[in-house]
Amino acid sequence: MNRTHVNCTVNGDDVDFLAADGISLLDALRDELGLTGSKEGCGTGDCGACSILIDGKLNCSCLVLAPEAEGAEIVTVEGIADGDHLHPLQQTFLEGAALQCGICTPGFLVAAKALLDTNPDPTETEIRYALAGNLCRCTGYDKIIRSVQEAAVQLREVAK
Amino acid sequence: MTMRLPPFDLVTPTTLQEAAGLISDPTASIVGGGTDLFPKMKRRQTTPVTLVSLAEIDALKGIRIDDEGRCVIGAGVTLAELADSPLVPAVVASAADAIASPQIRNTATVGGNLCLDTRCNYIDMPELWREASGHCLKDGGDTCWVAPRSDHCWAISSTDLAPVAIALGGSLRLVAADGERIIDVDDFFQNDGIDYHTKSPGEIVVELLLPAFTGRATYLKHRRRGSIDFPLLGVAAAATFDDAARCTGIRLVVGAVASAPLRAIAAEEFLIGREFTDDVIEEATRLASNPVRPQDNTDTGSRYRKWMTPVFITRALQEIASDDTTNQEEEP
Repeated sequence: MNRTHVNCTVNGDDVDFLAADGISLLDALRDELGLTGSKEGCGTGDCGACSILIDGKLNCSCLVLAPEAEGAEIVTVEGIADGDHLHPLQQTFLEGAALQCGICTPGFLVAAKALLDTNPDPTETEIRYALAGNLCRCTGYDKIIRSVQEAAVQLREVAK
Repeated sequence: MTMRLPPFDLVTPTTLQEAAGLISDPTASIVGGGTDLFPKMKRRQTTPVTLVSLAEIDALKGIRIDDEGRCVIGAGVTLAELADSPLVPAVVASAADAIASPQIRNTATVGGNLCLDTRCNYIDMPELWREASGHCLKDGGDTCWVAPRSDHCWAISSTDLAPVAIALGGSLRLVAADGERIIDVDDFFQNDGIDYHTKSPGEIVVELLLPAFTGRATYLKHRRRGSIDFPLLGVAAAATFDDAARCTGIRLVVGAVASAPLRAIAAEEFLIGREFTDDVIEEATRLASNPVRPQDNTDTGSRYRKWMTPVFITRALQEIASDDTTNQEEEP
Protein backbone atom coordinates (compact mmCIF):
# COMPACT_ATOMS: atom_id res chain seq x y z
CA MET A 1 0.00 0.00 0.00
CA ASN A 2 1.38 3.40 -1.03
CA ARG A 3 1.93 6.18 1.46
CA THR A 4 1.34 9.73 0.27
CA HIS A 5 2.69 12.96 1.70
CA VAL A 6 -0.39 15.19 2.02
CA ASN A 7 -0.29 18.98 2.36
CA CYS A 8 -3.49 20.82 3.21
CA THR A 9 -4.98 23.53 5.39
CA VAL A 10 -6.92 22.52 8.49
CA ASN A 11 -8.76 25.25 10.39
CA GLY A 12 -6.48 27.85 8.81
CA ASP A 13 -3.21 26.09 9.65
CA ASP A 14 -0.94 24.55 7.03
CA VAL A 15 -0.46 20.92 7.96
CA ASP A 16 1.17 17.89 6.40
CA PHE A 17 1.01 14.21 7.18
CA LEU A 18 1.79 10.81 5.70
CA ALA A 19 -1.27 8.85 4.68
CA ALA A 20 -1.61 5.29 3.47
CA ASP A 21 -3.98 4.94 0.49
CA GLY A 22 -6.71 3.19 2.47
CA ILE A 23 -6.81 5.68 5.37
CA SER A 24 -9.88 7.88 5.59
CA LEU A 25 -9.54 11.60 6.08
CA LEU A 26 -11.40 11.13 9.37
CA ASP A 27 -8.72 8.76 10.67
CA ALA A 28 -5.95 11.10 9.48
CA LEU A 29 -7.57 14.06 11.27
CA ARG A 30 -8.05 12.10 14.47
CA ASP A 31 -4.92 9.94 14.59
CA GLU A 32 -2.30 11.95 12.69
CA LEU A 33 -3.38 15.49 13.58
CA GLY A 34 -4.98 14.84 16.98
CA LEU A 35 -8.24 16.56 16.00
CA THR A 36 -10.66 14.20 17.72
CA GLY A 37 -13.71 16.46 17.49
CA SER A 38 -14.98 14.70 14.37
CA LYS A 39 -16.43 11.34 15.40
CA GLU A 40 -16.87 8.02 13.66
CA GLY A 41 -20.43 6.82 14.05
CA CYS A 42 -21.26 4.43 11.24
CA GLY A 43 -18.28 4.71 8.89
CA THR A 44 -20.66 4.42 5.94
CA GLY A 45 -21.99 7.95 5.39
CA ASP A 46 -25.32 7.45 7.13
CA CYS A 47 -24.88 9.30 10.44
CA GLY A 48 -22.90 12.48 9.73
CA ALA A 49 -20.91 12.43 13.00
CA CYS A 50 -17.71 12.86 10.94
CA SER A 51 -19.00 15.90 9.01
CA ILE A 52 -16.34 18.43 7.99
CA LEU A 53 -16.07 21.18 5.40
CA ILE A 54 -13.77 20.54 2.45
CA ASP A 55 -13.28 23.71 0.38
CA GLY A 56 -16.47 25.02 1.96
CA LYS A 57 -18.55 21.94 1.14
CA LEU A 58 -20.04 19.61 3.74
CA ASN A 59 -18.63 16.08 3.54
CA CYS A 60 -18.52 12.84 5.50
CA SER A 61 -14.81 12.57 6.28
CA CYS A 62 -15.16 8.80 6.81
CA LEU A 63 -15.86 8.46 3.07
CA VAL A 64 -13.00 10.68 1.88
CA LEU A 65 -9.56 9.15 1.37
CA ALA A 66 -6.82 11.06 3.21
CA PRO A 67 -4.64 11.41 0.06
CA GLU A 68 -7.58 13.18 -1.62
CA ALA A 69 -7.20 16.06 0.85
CA GLU A 70 -4.06 17.28 -0.95
CA GLY A 71 -4.34 21.05 -1.39
CA ALA A 72 -7.76 21.24 0.25
CA GLU A 73 -9.01 23.74 2.78
CA ILE A 74 -10.57 21.82 5.64
CA VAL A 75 -12.67 23.06 8.54
CA THR A 76 -13.48 20.76 11.45
CA VAL A 77 -15.54 21.47 14.57
CA GLU A 78 -12.31 22.58 16.27
CA GLY A 79 -12.08 25.46 13.79
CA ILE A 80 -15.49 27.07 14.07
CA ALA A 81 -14.97 29.03 17.31
CA ASP A 82 -13.13 32.36 17.24
CA GLY A 83 -10.38 31.73 19.78
CA ASP A 84 -12.08 31.62 23.18
CA HIS A 85 -15.33 32.93 21.72
CA LEU A 86 -17.68 30.14 20.87
CA HIS A 87 -19.42 30.29 17.49
CA PRO A 88 -23.06 31.40 17.94
CA LEU A 89 -24.10 27.85 16.97
CA GLN A 90 -22.00 26.38 19.77
CA GLN A 91 -23.39 28.92 22.24
CA THR A 92 -27.02 28.33 21.27
CA PHE A 93 -26.53 24.54 21.33
CA LEU A 94 -25.24 24.92 24.93
CA GLU A 95 -27.99 27.28 26.01
CA GLY A 96 -30.72 25.35 24.22
CA ALA A 97 -29.51 21.97 25.56
CA ALA A 98 -29.36 20.74 21.98
CA LEU A 99 -27.39 17.67 22.95
CA GLN A 100 -27.57 14.76 25.31
CA CYS A 101 -24.68 12.32 24.85
CA GLY A 102 -22.98 14.74 22.45
CA ILE A 103 -21.37 12.35 19.96
CA CYS A 104 -23.42 13.69 17.07
CA THR A 105 -22.91 17.33 18.10
CA PRO A 106 -19.67 18.13 16.20
CA GLY A 107 -21.27 16.89 12.98
CA PHE A 108 -24.47 18.85 13.60
CA LEU A 109 -22.46 22.03 14.32
CA VAL A 110 -20.44 21.72 11.13
CA ALA A 111 -23.52 20.86 9.03
CA ALA A 112 -25.44 23.78 10.54
CA LYS A 113 -22.51 26.10 9.85
CA ALA A 114 -22.44 24.91 6.22
CA LEU A 115 -26.11 25.83 5.96
CA LEU A 116 -25.86 29.26 7.62
CA ASP A 117 -22.76 30.17 5.58
CA THR A 118 -24.84 29.93 2.40
CA ASN A 119 -28.35 30.62 3.71
CA PRO A 120 -28.43 33.09 6.63
CA ASP A 121 -32.22 32.98 6.98
CA PRO A 122 -33.34 29.38 6.49
CA THR A 123 -36.87 28.15 7.09
CA GLU A 124 -37.42 25.30 9.54
CA THR A 125 -37.93 22.93 6.57
CA GLU A 126 -34.66 24.08 5.02
CA ILE A 127 -32.85 23.48 8.32
CA ARG A 128 -34.35 19.99 8.60
CA TYR A 129 -33.29 19.12 5.04
CA ALA A 130 -29.81 20.57 5.56
CA LEU A 131 -29.38 18.44 8.68
CA ALA A 132 -30.91 15.30 7.15
CA GLY A 133 -27.50 13.66 6.92
CA ASN A 134 -26.90 13.94 10.64
CA LEU A 135 -28.44 11.44 13.04
CA CYS A 136 -29.02 11.96 16.77
CA ARG A 137 -29.83 8.80 18.73
CA CYS A 138 -30.86 10.78 21.82
CA THR A 139 -33.63 12.31 19.66
CA GLY A 140 -32.79 15.92 20.32
CA TYR A 141 -33.82 17.14 16.88
CA ASP A 142 -36.31 19.80 17.98
CA LYS A 143 -33.83 21.46 20.34
CA ILE A 144 -31.18 21.28 17.61
CA ILE A 145 -33.48 22.96 15.08
CA ARG A 146 -34.44 25.68 17.56
CA SER A 147 -30.78 26.30 18.42
CA VAL A 148 -29.89 26.65 14.73
CA GLN A 149 -32.78 29.10 14.28
CA GLU A 150 -31.58 31.14 17.26
CA ALA A 151 -27.98 31.16 16.01
CA ALA A 152 -29.21 32.31 12.59
CA VAL A 153 -30.98 35.26 14.25
CA GLN A 154 -27.83 36.18 16.19
CA LEU A 155 -25.59 35.89 13.12
CA ARG A 156 -27.94 38.09 11.10
CA GLU A 157 -27.84 40.74 13.84
CA VAL A 158 -24.04 40.66 13.88
CA ALA A 159 -24.00 41.01 10.09
CA LYS A 160 -26.17 44.15 10.19
CA MET B 1 -17.63 -2.76 15.21
CA THR B 2 -15.80 -0.10 13.43
CA MET B 3 -14.94 -0.89 9.87
CA ARG B 4 -11.75 0.04 8.06
CA LEU B 5 -11.07 -0.02 4.34
CA PRO B 6 -9.15 -3.07 3.15
CA PRO B 7 -5.67 -2.28 1.79
CA PHE B 8 -5.46 -1.08 -1.82
CA ASP B 9 -3.33 1.12 -4.06
CA LEU B 10 -4.89 4.41 -5.15
CA VAL B 11 -4.03 5.78 -8.58
CA THR B 12 -5.33 9.16 -9.73
CA PRO B 13 -4.97 9.56 -13.51
CA THR B 14 -5.59 12.98 -15.05
CA THR B 15 -6.71 11.85 -18.52
CA LEU B 16 -9.43 9.49 -19.72
CA GLN B 17 -7.00 7.49 -21.85
CA GLU B 18 -4.72 6.93 -18.87
CA ALA B 19 -7.69 5.88 -16.73
CA ALA B 20 -9.02 3.53 -19.43
CA GLY B 21 -5.61 1.87 -19.63
CA LEU B 22 -5.45 1.44 -15.85
CA ILE B 23 -8.87 -0.16 -15.47
CA SER B 24 -8.21 -2.76 -18.16
CA ASP B 25 -6.46 -4.55 -15.25
CA PRO B 26 -9.17 -6.92 -13.89
CA THR B 27 -8.10 -6.41 -10.26
CA ALA B 28 -8.66 -2.65 -10.54
CA SER B 29 -11.89 -0.86 -9.81
CA ILE B 30 -13.15 2.61 -10.70
CA VAL B 31 -14.02 5.01 -7.91
CA GLY B 32 -15.97 8.22 -8.49
CA GLY B 33 -17.16 9.85 -5.28
CA GLY B 34 -16.79 6.60 -3.34
CA THR B 35 -19.92 7.11 -1.25
CA ASP B 36 -21.31 3.73 -2.33
CA LEU B 37 -18.05 1.88 -2.99
CA PHE B 38 -16.25 2.67 0.27
CA PRO B 39 -19.04 1.33 2.54
CA LYS B 40 -19.09 -1.84 0.40
CA MET B 41 -15.32 -2.15 0.72
CA LYS B 42 -15.56 -1.63 4.48
CA ARG B 43 -18.08 -4.48 4.61
CA ARG B 44 -15.71 -6.53 2.39
CA GLN B 45 -18.35 -6.96 -0.32
CA THR B 46 -15.58 -6.07 -2.72
CA THR B 47 -11.80 -5.80 -2.20
CA PRO B 48 -10.15 -4.27 -5.28
CA VAL B 49 -6.35 -4.39 -5.38
CA THR B 50 -6.15 -1.05 -7.16
CA LEU B 51 -8.60 1.85 -7.09
CA VAL B 52 -8.57 4.14 -10.11
CA SER B 53 -9.94 7.49 -8.98
CA LEU B 54 -11.70 9.58 -11.60
CA ALA B 55 -11.59 12.69 -9.41
CA GLU B 56 -8.83 14.52 -11.30
CA ILE B 57 -10.06 13.98 -14.87
CA ASP B 58 -11.26 17.29 -16.31
CA ALA B 59 -13.09 15.57 -19.20
CA LEU B 60 -15.62 14.21 -16.67
CA LYS B 61 -16.47 17.61 -15.19
CA GLY B 62 -19.03 20.19 -16.11
CA ILE B 63 -22.50 20.51 -17.62
CA ARG B 64 -23.08 22.11 -21.03
CA ILE B 65 -25.58 22.39 -23.86
CA ASP B 66 -24.06 21.11 -27.11
CA ASP B 67 -24.63 22.23 -30.72
CA GLU B 68 -27.59 19.85 -31.09
CA GLY B 69 -29.28 21.34 -28.02
CA ARG B 70 -28.52 18.28 -25.92
CA CYS B 71 -27.72 18.68 -22.24
CA VAL B 72 -24.35 17.01 -21.69
CA ILE B 73 -23.64 16.10 -18.07
CA GLY B 74 -20.14 14.93 -17.13
CA ALA B 75 -20.06 11.68 -15.16
CA GLY B 76 -17.88 13.35 -12.53
CA VAL B 77 -20.42 16.10 -11.80
CA THR B 78 -21.55 15.81 -8.18
CA LEU B 79 -25.21 15.31 -7.33
CA ALA B 80 -25.15 18.68 -5.53
CA GLU B 81 -23.87 20.40 -8.70
CA LEU B 82 -26.56 18.62 -10.73
CA ALA B 83 -29.30 19.64 -8.28
CA ASP B 84 -28.19 23.29 -8.49
CA SER B 85 -27.63 23.47 -12.24
CA PRO B 86 -29.84 25.83 -14.28
CA LEU B 87 -28.81 23.97 -17.46
CA VAL B 88 -30.41 20.60 -16.72
CA PRO B 89 -34.14 19.80 -17.01
CA ALA B 90 -35.95 20.58 -13.74
CA VAL B 91 -36.94 16.93 -13.29
CA VAL B 92 -33.27 15.91 -13.34
CA ALA B 93 -32.30 18.56 -10.78
CA SER B 94 -35.13 17.58 -8.43
CA ALA B 95 -34.32 13.86 -8.77
CA ALA B 96 -30.68 14.63 -7.88
CA ASP B 97 -31.80 16.72 -4.91
CA ALA B 98 -33.84 13.75 -3.67
CA ILE B 99 -30.80 11.45 -3.42
CA ALA B 100 -29.21 10.78 -0.01
CA SER B 101 -28.02 13.59 2.30
CA PRO B 102 -26.28 16.95 1.72
CA GLN B 103 -22.95 15.36 2.70
CA ILE B 104 -23.35 12.53 0.18
CA ARG B 105 -24.61 14.81 -2.62
CA ASN B 106 -21.47 16.94 -2.28
CA THR B 107 -19.33 13.87 -3.02
CA ALA B 108 -21.40 11.37 -5.01
CA THR B 109 -21.27 11.65 -8.78
CA VAL B 110 -23.67 11.31 -11.71
CA GLY B 111 -21.67 8.37 -13.09
CA GLY B 112 -21.70 6.71 -9.69
CA ASN B 113 -25.45 7.04 -9.30
CA LEU B 114 -26.10 5.70 -12.81
CA CYS B 115 -23.80 2.72 -12.17
CA LEU B 116 -24.95 2.32 -8.55
CA ASP B 117 -24.55 -1.27 -7.43
CA THR B 118 -27.80 -3.13 -6.80
CA ARG B 119 -28.82 -3.37 -3.14
CA CYS B 120 -30.34 -6.09 -1.00
CA ASN B 121 -30.92 -6.87 2.68
CA TYR B 122 -28.71 -9.96 2.33
CA ILE B 123 -25.69 -8.41 0.62
CA ASP B 124 -25.39 -4.98 2.27
CA MET B 125 -24.37 -6.49 5.58
CA PRO B 126 -21.08 -6.80 7.47
CA GLU B 127 -18.80 -9.65 6.54
CA LEU B 128 -19.43 -11.70 9.70
CA TRP B 129 -23.21 -11.49 9.23
CA ARG B 130 -22.93 -12.71 5.65
CA GLU B 131 -20.61 -15.53 6.63
CA ALA B 132 -22.89 -16.62 9.46
CA SER B 133 -26.03 -16.63 7.31
CA GLY B 134 -24.33 -18.20 4.30
CA HIS B 135 -23.08 -16.14 1.37
CA CYS B 136 -25.77 -15.28 -1.15
CA LEU B 137 -25.48 -15.47 -4.95
CA LYS B 138 -24.20 -11.90 -5.32
CA ASP B 139 -21.69 -12.64 -2.56
CA GLY B 140 -20.20 -15.67 -4.30
CA GLY B 141 -22.53 -18.27 -2.72
CA ASP B 142 -24.98 -20.55 -4.50
CA THR B 143 -28.33 -19.41 -3.10
CA CYS B 144 -30.34 -16.22 -3.49
CA TRP B 145 -31.77 -15.76 0.01
CA VAL B 146 -34.58 -13.56 -1.32
CA ALA B 147 -35.76 -16.24 -3.76
CA PRO B 148 -33.97 -19.49 -2.82
CA ARG B 149 -35.22 -21.39 -5.88
CA SER B 150 -34.10 -18.64 -8.25
CA ASP B 151 -31.08 -19.10 -10.48
CA HIS B 152 -30.32 -15.39 -10.52
CA CYS B 153 -29.86 -12.51 -8.09
CA TRP B 154 -32.79 -10.22 -7.27
CA ALA B 155 -30.92 -7.28 -5.71
CA ILE B 156 -32.61 -3.94 -6.44
CA SER B 157 -31.62 -1.17 -8.78
CA SER B 158 -31.65 1.93 -6.57
CA THR B 159 -30.48 4.67 -8.89
CA ASP B 160 -32.79 7.68 -9.01
CA LEU B 161 -31.13 9.26 -12.04
CA ALA B 162 -31.49 6.29 -14.38
CA PRO B 163 -35.33 6.17 -14.46
CA VAL B 164 -35.36 9.91 -15.19
CA ALA B 165 -32.65 9.61 -17.83
CA ILE B 166 -34.55 6.76 -19.52
CA ALA B 167 -37.81 8.72 -19.43
CA LEU B 168 -36.06 11.66 -21.13
CA GLY B 169 -34.54 9.40 -23.81
CA GLY B 170 -31.00 9.90 -22.53
CA SER B 171 -27.87 8.08 -23.62
CA LEU B 172 -24.41 7.44 -22.19
CA ARG B 173 -21.00 7.92 -23.76
CA LEU B 174 -18.63 5.14 -22.67
CA VAL B 175 -14.90 5.22 -23.27
CA ALA B 176 -12.52 2.25 -23.19
CA ALA B 177 -8.83 1.86 -24.03
CA ASP B 178 -9.73 0.68 -27.56
CA GLY B 179 -12.49 3.15 -28.44
CA GLU B 180 -15.80 4.56 -27.38
CA ARG B 181 -19.54 3.97 -27.89
CA ILE B 182 -22.83 5.66 -27.15
CA ILE B 183 -25.67 3.59 -25.69
CA ASP B 184 -29.26 4.45 -24.75
CA VAL B 185 -29.63 4.48 -20.97
CA ASP B 186 -32.62 2.17 -21.55
CA ASP B 187 -30.31 -0.43 -23.13
CA PHE B 188 -27.56 0.06 -20.55
CA PHE B 189 -29.37 -1.91 -17.82
CA GLN B 190 -30.50 -5.53 -17.57
CA ASN B 191 -32.72 -7.18 -14.98
CA ASP B 192 -30.11 -9.25 -13.13
CA GLY B 193 -28.88 -8.22 -9.68
CA ILE B 194 -25.30 -9.25 -10.42
CA ASP B 195 -24.90 -8.24 -14.08
CA TYR B 196 -27.22 -5.27 -13.78
CA HIS B 197 -25.62 -3.24 -16.54
CA THR B 198 -23.92 -3.95 -19.84
CA LYS B 199 -20.82 -1.84 -19.26
CA SER B 200 -17.69 -3.93 -19.56
CA PRO B 201 -15.20 -3.56 -16.68
CA GLY B 202 -12.82 -1.72 -19.00
CA GLU B 203 -15.32 0.98 -19.90
CA ILE B 204 -15.76 4.34 -18.18
CA VAL B 205 -19.04 6.27 -18.25
CA VAL B 206 -17.99 9.70 -19.48
CA GLU B 207 -21.19 11.64 -20.12
CA LEU B 208 -24.94 11.49 -19.80
CA LEU B 209 -26.55 13.03 -22.89
CA LEU B 210 -30.12 14.28 -22.61
CA PRO B 211 -31.91 15.35 -25.81
CA ALA B 212 -33.66 18.73 -25.76
CA PHE B 213 -37.08 18.12 -24.18
CA THR B 214 -40.04 20.48 -24.17
CA GLY B 215 -42.77 18.23 -22.79
CA ARG B 216 -43.83 17.58 -19.23
CA ALA B 217 -41.84 15.34 -16.93
CA THR B 218 -41.87 14.24 -13.32
CA TYR B 219 -40.10 11.88 -10.95
CA LEU B 220 -41.88 10.69 -7.84
CA LYS B 221 -39.76 8.96 -5.24
CA HIS B 222 -41.19 6.92 -2.41
CA ARG B 223 -38.94 6.33 0.58
CA ARG B 224 -39.12 5.88 4.29
CA ARG B 225 -37.76 9.33 5.22
CA GLY B 226 -38.45 12.14 2.77
CA SER B 227 -35.03 13.72 3.11
CA ILE B 228 -32.46 10.95 2.82
CA ASP B 229 -33.30 7.35 1.91
CA PHE B 230 -32.82 5.13 -1.12
CA PRO B 231 -36.01 4.72 -3.15
CA LEU B 232 -38.54 2.06 -2.19
CA LEU B 233 -40.14 2.94 -5.49
CA GLY B 234 -39.49 5.61 -8.10
CA VAL B 235 -41.74 6.58 -11.00
CA ALA B 236 -40.40 8.72 -13.84
CA ALA B 237 -42.65 9.94 -16.64
CA ALA B 238 -41.99 12.28 -19.54
CA ALA B 239 -44.60 13.07 -22.18
CA THR B 240 -45.47 15.44 -24.99
CA PHE B 241 -49.01 16.48 -25.93
CA ASP B 242 -50.68 18.01 -29.00
CA ASP B 243 -52.99 21.03 -28.93
CA ALA B 244 -55.97 18.80 -28.18
CA ALA B 245 -54.18 17.46 -25.04
CA ARG B 246 -53.64 14.07 -26.69
CA CYS B 247 -50.38 12.35 -25.83
CA THR B 248 -47.93 12.36 -28.74
CA GLY B 249 -45.10 10.56 -26.97
CA ILE B 250 -44.43 9.16 -23.52
CA ARG B 251 -41.91 7.20 -21.55
CA LEU B 252 -42.95 5.74 -18.21
CA VAL B 253 -40.30 4.09 -16.04
CA VAL B 254 -40.62 2.35 -12.67
CA GLY B 255 -37.46 2.25 -10.58
CA ALA B 256 -36.37 0.33 -7.47
CA VAL B 257 -38.75 -2.62 -7.99
CA ALA B 258 -36.37 -4.88 -9.96
CA SER B 259 -32.66 -5.17 -10.73
CA ALA B 260 -33.05 -2.60 -13.51
CA PRO B 261 -35.39 0.34 -14.10
CA LEU B 262 -38.51 -1.08 -15.83
CA ARG B 263 -40.02 0.61 -18.89
CA ALA B 264 -43.82 0.30 -18.84
CA ILE B 265 -44.03 -0.30 -22.60
CA ALA B 266 -47.64 -1.59 -22.63
CA ALA B 267 -48.84 1.48 -20.75
CA GLU B 268 -46.81 3.79 -23.01
CA GLU B 269 -48.36 2.26 -26.15
CA PHE B 270 -51.85 2.53 -24.64
CA LEU B 271 -51.37 6.21 -23.76
CA ILE B 272 -50.18 7.37 -27.19
CA GLY B 273 -52.93 9.34 -28.96
CA ARG B 274 -55.09 9.49 -25.84
CA GLU B 275 -56.06 12.32 -23.56
CA PHE B 276 -55.15 11.63 -19.91
CA THR B 277 -58.68 11.30 -18.52
CA ASP B 278 -59.28 9.51 -15.23
CA ASP B 279 -60.30 6.32 -17.07
CA VAL B 280 -57.22 6.40 -19.29
CA ILE B 281 -54.91 6.96 -16.34
CA GLU B 282 -56.59 4.08 -14.49
CA GLU B 283 -56.04 1.67 -17.36
CA ALA B 284 -52.46 2.84 -17.96
CA THR B 285 -51.74 2.41 -14.24
CA ARG B 286 -53.09 -1.16 -14.39
CA LEU B 287 -50.92 -1.96 -17.43
CA ALA B 288 -47.81 -0.40 -15.87
CA SER B 289 -48.11 -1.85 -12.38
CA ASN B 290 -49.28 -5.40 -13.17
CA PRO B 291 -45.84 -6.70 -14.22
CA VAL B 292 -44.12 -5.15 -11.19
CA ARG B 293 -43.01 -7.81 -8.69
CA PRO B 294 -41.10 -6.19 -5.82
CA GLN B 295 -39.16 -8.69 -3.71
CA ASP B 296 -38.77 -8.73 0.05
CA ASN B 297 -35.25 -7.32 -0.03
CA THR B 298 -35.27 -3.74 1.18
CA ASP B 299 -36.98 -1.92 4.01
CA THR B 300 -40.78 -2.20 4.12
CA GLY B 301 -42.36 -5.40 2.82
CA SER B 302 -42.72 -6.37 -0.81
CA ARG B 303 -46.54 -6.37 -0.56
CA TYR B 304 -46.53 -2.75 0.60
CA ARG B 305 -44.29 -1.73 -2.31
CA LYS B 306 -46.57 -3.61 -4.71
CA TRP B 307 -49.57 -1.71 -3.28
CA MET B 308 -47.83 1.63 -3.60
CA THR B 309 -46.73 1.05 -7.21
CA PRO B 310 -50.11 1.91 -8.82
CA VAL B 311 -50.59 4.79 -6.38
CA PHE B 312 -47.37 6.45 -7.50
CA ILE B 313 -47.88 5.66 -11.19
CA THR B 314 -51.32 7.30 -11.04
CA ARG B 315 -49.94 10.35 -9.25
CA ALA B 316 -47.15 10.71 -11.82
CA LEU B 317 -49.58 10.49 -14.76
CA GLN B 318 -51.96 12.95 -13.09
CA GLU B 319 -49.08 15.37 -12.59
CA ILE B 320 -47.98 15.39 -16.20
CA ALA B 321 -51.62 15.55 -17.34
CA SER B 322 -52.23 18.66 -15.25
CA ASP B 323 -48.81 20.18 -15.91
CA ASP B 324 -48.38 20.43 -12.15
CA THR B 325 -44.94 18.87 -12.05
CA THR B 326 -43.92 20.12 -8.67
CA ASN B 327 -42.34 17.33 -6.73
CA GLN B 328 -44.94 15.82 -4.40
CA GLU B 329 -42.51 16.03 -1.49
CA GLU B 330 -42.20 19.43 0.09
CA GLU B 331 -38.57 20.15 -0.58
CA PRO B 332 -37.16 23.59 0.01
